[in-house]
Amino acid sequence: MVRFENVGLRYGLGPEILRDLSFQIPAHSFQFLTGPSGAGKTSLLRLLFLSHRPTRGLVNLFGHDVSLLGKDEIADLRKRIGIVLQDFRLLDHMTTYENVALPFRVMGRSESSYRKEVIDLLKWVGLGDRMDALPPILSGGEKQRAAIARAVISRPQLLLADEPTGSVDPTLGRRLLRLFIELNKSGTAVIIATHDIALMDQYEARRFVLHQGRLHVYE
Amino acid sequence: MSKTDERGVFVDLGHERPQVPAKARNMSPIVPRASIQGRALVAVVAIMTFLASMTTGTVLLVSASAAEWQSDVASEITIQVRPQAGRDVDRDAAAVTEAMRAQSGIVEVKPFSKDESGKLLEPWLGTGLSMDDLPVPRMIIARVQPGTQLDLAALRARVMQVAPSASVDDHRAWIERMRSMTNATVLAGLGILGLVIIATIISVSFATRGAMAANRPIVEVLHFVGAGDRYIANRFLRHFLRLGLEGGVIGGGIAMLVFGFSESIAGWFSGTPVGDQFAALLGTFSLRPSGYVVLAVQAVLIGAITAVASRQTLFATLNDID
Repeated sequence: MVRFENVGLRYGLGPEILRDLSFQIPAHSFQFLTGPSGAGKTSLLRLLFLSHRPTRGLVNLFGHDVSLLGKDEIADLRKRIGIVLQDFRLLDHMTTYENVALPFRVMGRSESSYRKEVIDLLKWVGLGDRMDALPPILSGGEKQRAAIARAVISRPQLLLADEPTGSVDPTLGRRLLRLFIELNKSGTAVIIATHDIALMDQYEARRFVLHQGRLHVYE
Repeated sequence: MSKTDERGVFVDLGHERPQVPAKARNMSPIVPRASIQGRALVAVVAIMTFLASMTTGTVLLVSASAAEWQSDVASEITIQVRPQAGRDVDRDAAAVTEAMRAQSGIVEVKPFSKDESGKLLEPWLGTGLSMDDLPVPRMIIARVQPGTQLDLAALRARVMQVAPSASVDDHRAWIERMRSMTNATVLAGLGILGLVIIATIISVSFATRGAMAANRPIVEVLHFVGAGDRYIANRFLRHFLRLGLEGGVIGGGIAMLVFGFSESIAGWFSGTPVGDQFAALLGTFSLRPSGYVVLAVQAVLIGAITAVASRQTLFATLNDID
């Protein structure tokens, strides 16, 4: 589903942040991405999300060479990817419900067609009573859960999560991991970038370790 | 009926959580209206539309008045018979009148008597002068049948034959000058319109860029959830189209009111030299119904130009953001 071949990334004229990355992410797979701060985890996630283009190498996503894709095609591919960023990126003028429903809205679906699905998921992540709250009054953990719910609501084929349990207590962290595992079992390939060794120890999965711009894969 | 049925569909949110009905929701707009500084843009578009409407209205008035003067003047020929030693000017004038009446295509010939001709000179010479001592020329006005093409050279030769001191003027030179003036007015009007439209486009582009900058986080999130540029641009475009039309309707509406009440406004200046000149040149300064239609179309057009300019800026800015 995802294939990187000798991929390198640099910002402007700076040094290469990522070097010679070659790996594959099969469909339905689950992997953790870890490494020290500044190792390039977020940059790799952005490459996977097509918000960065590699400075060299080949990135093939869902069978498409991304260097050949136009803006509209990239937008279509992004509909198949869910992403949870560290800073959540919720829209402050929209309620939690509306934020989570946003991917469906962008797809042009009617509100009645996804209402139950959104409410069920909000209940699952423990935000059932915060549906009509605006993000500025949510706690960090609640925002994180809302961001995760938004990323998974449309059952993407690939889920990218950047430190998804960074702002929640261990209990909720385990619950969120369960959500990712359930999603993975239903067919979504999952990549979770995390520093949390305890979280990784809870689930047997492939580990990608980034160190000094290079990737080491531990099956 | 159970309590649950009465309250519609419920979702179980857990033991300690309140029951929340899965009701239809009024979704917030993706781009909040308040995030776009619309008032200033509406004011700019309204002012620009007002200026454009006043310009167009004035051009229409001048064109209509000039066309009227031209058709009046073009249908007249003026013959001047000057006194000449050894010739009787009154006899010459009568001969010219007869010759003109015999000419085909002339529907009316009006000779001016010595007294009437003298009256025409009063604005320059004043009253109380004895015209007997002055060589006052005789004027003869001939009205040409509309649509008739007269052979002016032949007519001139015939007139000169009966009165060698006569001169024939079909006002062509004056009409040409009038036409040049009208064309210059229309060109100036078009120039002003062009400037107004350019200024509108620039203002709208700045406002759009400002709105996009203020809403950049929204644009980024929309990209994250797979929205294409067209989808994002349309969310903004609705606001700008509405703002543009609002400004266009306000500016165009005020301009129409100005033209609608122009008779009253002209009344305030009546008696003043400026007011009288305007009244002589442009009548009551009121537009024909077709003029109002032109102003309405123009207001909508400026609203549409606002939307198009905004759309272009939106796509350019989206390219930058990506």
